[in-house]
Amino acid sequence: MNPVNYLYLAALLFTIGATGVLIRRNAIVVFMCVELMLNACNLALVAFSRMHGNLDGQIIAFFTMVVAAAEVVVGLAIIVSLFRSRHSASVDDASLMKL
Amino acid sequence: MENLIALLVAAPLLGAAVLLCGGRRLDAVGHWLGTALAAASFVIGVVLFADMAGKDAEHREIGQHLFSWIPVEGFQADVAFQLDQLSMTFVLLITGVGSLIHVYSIGYMEHDERRRRFFGYLNLFLAAMLLLVLADNYLLLYVGWEGVGLASYLLIGFWQHKPSAATAAKKAFLVNRVGDMGLSIAIMLMFTTFGTFAFGPVLESTGETSEGMLTAIGLMLLLAACGKSAQVPLQSWLGDAMEGPTPVSALIHAATMVTAGVYLIVRSGEIFNAAPDAQLAVTVVGAVTLLFGAIVGCAKDDIKKALAGSTMSQIGYMILAAGLGPIGYVFAIMHLVTHGFFKAGLFLGAGSVMHGMNDEVDMRKYGGLRKYMPVTFVTFGLGYLAIIGFPGLSGFFSKDKIIEAAFAKGGTEGWILGGVALLGAAITAFYMTRVMLMTFFGEERWQPAPDPDKAPSVEPGIEVHPGEMPHPHESPKVMTIPMIVLAVGSVFGGAFFSIGDRFIHWLEPVTDHAHGHPPISALAVTMSTVAVMVIGVGLAWLQYGRRPVPVVAPRGSLLTRAARRDLLQDDFNHVVLVRGGEHLTRSLVYVDHTLVDGVVNGTAATMGGLSGRLRRIQNGYARSYAVSMFGGAAILIAATLLMRAV
Repeated sequence: MNPVNYLYLAALLFTIGATGVLIRRNAIVVFMCVELMLNACNLALVAFSRMHGNLDGQIIAFFTMVVAAAEVVVGLAIIVSLFRSRHSASVDDASLMKL
Repeated sequence: MENLIALLVAAPLLGAAVLLCGGRRLDAVGHWLGTALAAASFVIGVVLFADMAGKDAEHREIGQHLFSWIPVEGFQADVAFQLDQLSMTFVLLITGVGSLIHVYSIGYMEHDERRRRFFGYLNLFLAAMLLLVLADNYLLLYVGWEGVGLASYLLIGFWQHKPSAATAAKKAFLVNRVGDMGLSIAIMLMFTTFGTFAFGPVLESTGETSEGMLTAIGLMLLLAACGKSAQVPLQSWLGDAMEGPTPVSALIHAATMVTAGVYLIVRSGEIFNAAPDAQLAVTVVGAVTLLFGAIVGCAKDDIKKALAGSTMSQIGYMILAAGLGPIGYVFAIMHLVTHGFFKAGLFLGAGSVMHGMNDEVDMRKYGGLRKYMPVTFVTFGLGYLAIIGFPGLSGFFSKDKIIEAAFAKGGTEGWILGGVALLGAAITAFYMTRVMLMTFFGEERWQPAPDPDKAPSVEPGIEVHPGEMPHPHESPKVMTIPMIVLAVGSVFGGAFFSIGDRFIHWLEPVTDHAHGHPPISALAVTMSTVAVMVIGVGLAWLQYGRRPVPVVAPRGSLLTRAARRDLLQDDFNHVVLVRGGEHLTRSLVYVDHTLVDGVVNGTAATMGGLSGRLRRIQNGYARSYAVSMFGGAAILIAATLLMRAV
């Protein structure tokens, strides 16, 4: 199959993720949208790797996964503690540096 | 012998230091100490003079290098002295007349409780003036120059409790500063042009310098001389300087201070010789001042102010002569010396009269004093005859020579300058006769002493009871003896200098001398000098001798009223300089507030407003940050693609 189609898919996923980040208020959903964008990037990297016939893109995709895993851990912890203190998971409620 | 030169300056300087730092313990002996040190300086001067006179003319100049003041590569400032015939003449005049004035002051200041301090200042004055004439470079001369300014400030304002004296001192200092500015600029110009400011190298290398630069230096030196010697346009301080004690006036007018300008111009003769334009400016200043001072002298009723006008006019003669070049230098100095004698004598005489008249200075309230003060009358009278140029007395010889030299300048200039000098001689005779007649002749117009509360001009320390009539009496010996010595000098000085052209031969090696050839014969000049003198005396007699003098000054003509106000010099300064200065500062303040502050404040306001707007972006909403991030990324990508496409 034409590898360019994978790139179209990656762009579509990225756009969905970005739109989600911008328009959704729920921190969990925003978070998931960020993951969606990361994975859209991964898809594009792998597709390029395939197109160029070397493994660079695939290696970077692995890096991305590792970093994303770490990020999920930290991010979820922050969201949980935010929810505990404010009883809300809305990102707009957390617009101040203080409670 | 060379080592004695520094002692000339050191003696009075030591006196000033001891008297001013010694405190009240020295009150009892202070005046004797001050006088002794001034006299010591005179004795050293005489010893040096005897030594100098013994050598032949070519080897008379001696010098002493005391220490290097600022020893820097390419900038060598030395404290070094140079004693040649010109300096010698000044040294003898300054210390001789200065010592006599010291002696006189012992009597004059007897009742003043700050007499010790007064003598300290007098000594400081002498030291500064000696430093000025002994320096062998312009920088050290400048030190003496400033020292003279300081001492004059301290002495004019000696009775500082009188606001008028304090103001006069300040005025003298400020006006002098203008001249000092000229001298410092001249010295800087010299340094950039010649690379040094020692007299020798500067004056020898005038031939290799452009005339424009020399003219600039000459004009700046002239400005300096105008300040110190009270020449137009910087003359306004001299009349007010009469607020000081009378011995100070004598010192300023005869031995120190006002002679400094003449010294500076004669000393810098080579510069002026090579810059005819500057030289012409000097003669013009001299001629204008000589008339200016004479006219002011005619209208003043205050005896000291009348004499002050006369000094201005006589210094004008000297500056005029100094501007004539080699035909005049010697006569400028000769007139300076004879003037030193008779003017000091006249001032001391005036002080003696004031002393006997309850410190009254208004000549309209004198009259008929010759019977009561015979010694003062005779000495003052001899000084008077000398200054108007009575044949045979000292002023006759020196002034006649200057008038002759002015005619000898040649061309139209010569006729104008000579005519002005002659006219000045007539006016001199007029106003001096007026002083003489109003003071010593005529009926007694004495007035009871004023209430000291209402007239704070009364000198302190002398008991004056309000309403008491003055009891004119002769002054004590300590005051009359200096007057007698000075009178002898003013009678015989001129003849002594002139017989066999002694003075010319004495100064010729230093100042150079060219014999001037006036377009009319020297005898004719002399005759006309005597003739105008007789006319001046006659007019004054018609006005003040034949008719009684009114006690209250009549309104007078427009010129008289202007002359009473010093020919409107203060009004002129006020309108042009004070008002002008105020306008200038006001407009500068306006520019500062609107333009300079405007730029600074505007920048700050713009930044503040901009920050206020930018602050709104930082609203704390994560999603709006995300929008700006995406927007920024989109712009970057678009830009990259655009660059690629291009």
